[in-house]
Amino acid sequence: MNVVTRGMPSLSGLTNRSGTTPVAPDTPVKIDVEGLQFYYGAKQALEDISIRIHANLVTAFIGPSGCGKSTFLRTLNRMNDIIPDTRAEGRVRIDGQDIYGPGVDVVQLRRRVGMVFQKSNPFPKSIFENVAYGLRVNGLARSKAEMAARVEESLKAAAIWEEVKDRLHESALALSGGQQQRLCIARALAIRPEILLMDEPASALDPIATQRIEELIYDLKKNYTIVIVTHNMQQAARVSDHTAFFWLGRLVEYDRTDKIFTAPAEKLTEDYVTGRCG
Amino acid sequence: MERVVRHFEEELATLQERLLAMGGLAEERVREAVHGLSRREPDVVARVLVGDEPVNDLHIEIDDRCFKLLALHQPMAADLRVIVAAVKINTDLERVGDLAVNIAEASQRYLQHAPVKPLIDIPRMGEIAQTMLRDSLDAFVRRDIELAEAVLAEDDKLDALKTQIFRELLTYMLQDAATIEAALDLILVSRHLERIGDHATNIAEDVIFMVSARDVRHQGGDAASAQG
Repeated sequence: MNVVTRGMPSLSGLTNRSGTTPVAPDTPVKIDVEGLQFYYGAKQALEDISIRIHANLVTAFIGPSGCGKSTFLRTLNRMNDIIPDTRAEGRVRIDGQDIYGPGVDVVQLRRRVGMVFQKSNPFPKSIFENVAYGLRVNGLARSKAEMAARVEESLKAAAIWEEVKDRLHESALALSGGQQQRLCIARALAIRPEILLMDEPASALDPIATQRIEELIYDLKKNYTIVIVTHNMQQAARVSDHTAFFWLGRLVEYDRTDKIFTAPAEKLTEDYVTGRCG
Repeated sequence: MERVVRHFEEELATLQERLLAMGGLAEERVREAVHGLSRREPDVVARVLVGDEPVNDLHIEIDDRCFKLLALHQPMAADLRVIVAAVKINTDLERVGDLAVNIAEASQRYLQHAPVKPLIDIPRMGEIAQTMLRDSLDAFVRRDIELAEAVLAEDDKLDALKTQIFRELLTYMLQDAATIEAALDLILVSRHLERIGDHATNIAEDVIFMVSARDVRHQGGDAASAQG
């Protein structure tokens, strides 16, 4: 991407938005992040992030490439732990429990906080097995009947059941890109997480498949807390309730999505959402 | 990305230029209608009666530009507010053009009678309405909230003059029933000028929203006194 630097405001003097949270009267705080710093080796990728993410809402992270939004998303289920020489400081609490605290079972954490990636990554197995896999390794189905029921439930929740119910035992790799992504969402849902992290889930999809994913996100928020990273600002505007704008590893502004896209408080946010920087 | 932004900004600049052209035309037509009436020049009044087409053409053109900018560029934040403001200002300016025709119609009828009285307050109202219109558009171009707020404050003067004109003409009508027809046309003209002030007020309110995302509509006297 051609980075436009003309007239780019500096970060100095930026309002410290630590701990700010948009008004969301009816939903409790699900994820409470306080003073989070994150490092790749000596390089600091996230600087003093504080944000409260509410349950049963869709929260979008936007910002230019390299601003830290995906890194931050991955701190929410400790996905960065698998990258060598990384370090997190500060607190990330889910339902009040610090996920970086001592004695936290990371496998258990990732069962609660599912993840869907930019590129759909089904296993080279059948559609059924893709969804059943997580249930099997976690010992979550006691019988074949229960397994079948949970697979069906997940495929229905991911709005793909009607398209695959007659070919559950065919290879998942034969599905279209949009179907594969919804299958991956079904796979994430199968283990009944509470939070769903989505990293650019529709960026490789055509507009129709994108629309299906967006409708699905809208439906899923009834039962899940959803955090989505997206480069597509129109998509953030369409699907999310709250939007957080990141810039150079810092959280610049976090507010109701309609506010961010019609009247942001920060000049930097304004410049980014109007395409004048980034 | 830079190229797209520049293209969008060029489109925005053209949109602004066309709105100003329309504002200039509408203001000129109000000026002509009031001058035609106060100087008793039926030819000037007649020109206003038939000359609404360029304003109407611009009305359609500007709406079309806004519509395409929304669809093709999907603007956000300040850019979105500019285009939404432009759509609304466009409607106000078109109505000002219509009101100039309404003034010309009433003037044409009035000029068929002997003058009821020397016209002093109506030209004053015309001046104030035109200044409000010009200032509201200047505020739009300069993104000037203070000037927009000054326009809001001016509206009270027009309202007061309209009431004053009504009361004064009422005394003429009560004294001499033969003046009723002509006096009613003058009352109509003052009403149309007051409406033009209302449209300038709308434009000023749109400018405040466009610049600061602050909605000052329907706040009674508060908006006008909320300067500074």
